[in-house]
Amino acid sequence: VSVAEVIFSGTMLAQTVRMAIPYACAATGGVLCERSGVVNIALEGTLLASALAAIATHAATGSATAGLVAGVACGAAIGAVHATLVVRGRVDAIVSGLAINLAAAGGTRFLLRALYGSSSNSPSVAAFRFLPDASALVRAVLDPFFVLGAIAALGSAWLLARTRFGLRLRACGEDPSAAQAVGVRVDVTRTAAVCLGSAVCGLGGTALAYDLHQFQAGMSGGRGFIALAAVIVSGWRPWAAASACLAFAALDALEIVLQGHTHVPAQLFAILPFVATLVALALFSRRRSAHRPPAGLGKHPE
Amino acid sequence: VKATVTALAAAWLAFCLLVFAYGESPASMAVQLFAGTWGTWYGAGQVLFKATPLLFTGIAVDLALRAGLFNIGAEGQLAVGSLACGVVGARLPPGTPFVVAVPLAIGAAALAGAAWAFVPALLKVRVGAHEVISTIMMNRVADGLVGLAIANVALTGTVRTPDVVAGAHVPRLEALVPAFRGSAASLAFVVAVLAAVLVTEGYRRTRVGRELGLIGLNARAMAAEKVPVERRVAQALVVSGALAGAASLGTVLGYKGYFEEGLGAGAGFGGLAVALLGRGSAAGLVGAALLFGTLQQGGLALNAFVPRELMEVLEGVVICAVALADARGRLSRGEKTA
Repeated sequence: VSVAEVIFSGTMLAQTVRMAIPYACAATGGVLCERSGVVNIALEGTLLASALAAIATHAATGSATAGLVAGVACGAAIGAVHATLVVRGRVDAIVSGLAINLAAAGGTRFLLRALYGSSSNSPSVAAFRFLPDASALVRAVLDPFFVLGAIAALGSAWLLARTRFGLRLRACGEDPSAAQAVGVRVDVTRTAAVCLGSAVCGLGGTALAYDLHQFQAGMSGGRGFIALAAVIVSGWRPWAAASACLAFAALDALEIVLQGHTHVPAQLFAILPFVATLVALALFSRRRSAHRPPAGLGKHPE
Repeated sequence: VKATVTALAAAWLAFCLLVFAYGESPASMAVQLFAGTWGTWYGAGQVLFKATPLLFTGIAVDLALRAGLFNIGAEGQLAVGSLACGVVGARLPPGTPFVVAVPLAIGAAALAGAAWAFVPALLKVRVGAHEVISTIMMNRVADGLVGLAIANVALTGTVRTPDVVAGAHVPRLEALVPAFRGSAASLAFVVAVLAAVLVTEGYRRTRVGRELGLIGLNARAMAAEKVPVERRVAQALVVSGALAGAASLGTVLGYKGYFEEGLGAGAGFGGLAVALLGRGSAAGLVGAALLFGTLQQGGLALNAFVPRELMEVLEGVVICAVALADARGRLSRGEKTA
């Protein structure tokens, strides 16, 4: 089988869709946070912590659905912490995000040892079982996480563009002082936006963990940061951000499907998404009218 | 001072809660923690050893923060710096004297760290790419590339470089203070303290230093004053990278005598915590480095009873507590927080 055949195969497409789900969920969550004016680099830690929450709950209750709920709830809870620190405590959002990432990285390892006595991974869980006989592509598209992720992306786009809450959210992100002056409760709106966004990110973390049927220490592997970059290069638009994630996921998928087909060292493939992110940032960061950050990003109402 | 007290109180509270939840007694664990760190000369030496790279990366992050930049890339800058330090240190002619070997090896480390920081600096001033994202990406790229490079320069069958030449070893503190026997603390700690004093004095006493501080407060006003803001921002990030790379003085030259994959990992992120706690003063930075060094060494001392990752959680708690106390202080003084 030639390399080109592998790249243009259905397996590659299916892998891309599968790998894109955690990215796209984190990016959608990131758009919701940032459009409300709160920078969220805690997406990385949110992915990680919700992955463990989902697996631990699944393992304890035996129910994959309960695990999913726990993963999403864990995301929302981390969002609540971030929002409390940033919106109410007026802590710099980057400092808060760094602290959450640090605590999530250490905390998940701590819990892994406390719960399962292992420093690397949890025991395996069943996750969702569906259509065991269908082809990889059909399975990828009918995957519950693909469906839920698509609903989240679609719903977020609709929420931002078409609802009263979305309008307020964007107002807080563009000019918090003006929003407050016309009676929008900036702190409440932002807290809701960050919790909601982090919950969607938690869905991504759950997808990540269920995909491997277990939790592994450090399994988020920089996906939260790449998702944040996707938010930036896509100009803070939900659909564009989710689509940008497909491109990054394709690079991940490449690593998987090309394993054994080339002599390129695995480390080169592993750094490909990060190099691609740097290149994308270099190309798309220049501020154009359609691609500018929310004007009130990181600002508090006077 | 108030922020430090808050941070320590929050850390203590989190420590008690987590240790208790794990099913151990907080009091006896605290005794263990003290005994394993400041309780003996060896433990104290190990704290100094752990604090050394943290202090270097702490100064590095602080310097960038002065100009309003978050250098989250200290981790990657240290990784490539350590690799360069190990390779250059080993390739020097065997008889190279101390005064030549150490500066050359550390110079290579600083150069590599600076080069690694140059990419985000360029992206920042040329296209306005936020340094937080680009430095994080550079960390990951460093991870992969150091792994690739080590395969080519390592001794066969290992993930370590050959030993550095005899002249490139930084003397251990035990050579001066015999009581430190067995601990890996080296003169690199003294150099790090000197660096902290030099850099923080430079903030006040040099023109570039003062400009950096003012750029961090209000870049637009500085641009209006004809200060080359972009140039200064790029310089701050590059020098920050060089300082982070120089942390290999304590790990490669002061401890192992060679570079192996993963040596010094975590010191870059630890440096962020040190800088946020120590903010701009030499005493603050040294104190913060000692605090987090104590936590790291204490984590090892407790590892048989409680997972040492507990200490990473505490680091996060400390950062939050300090930042909260800081923000409250600013609010009550009525400063704008935007």
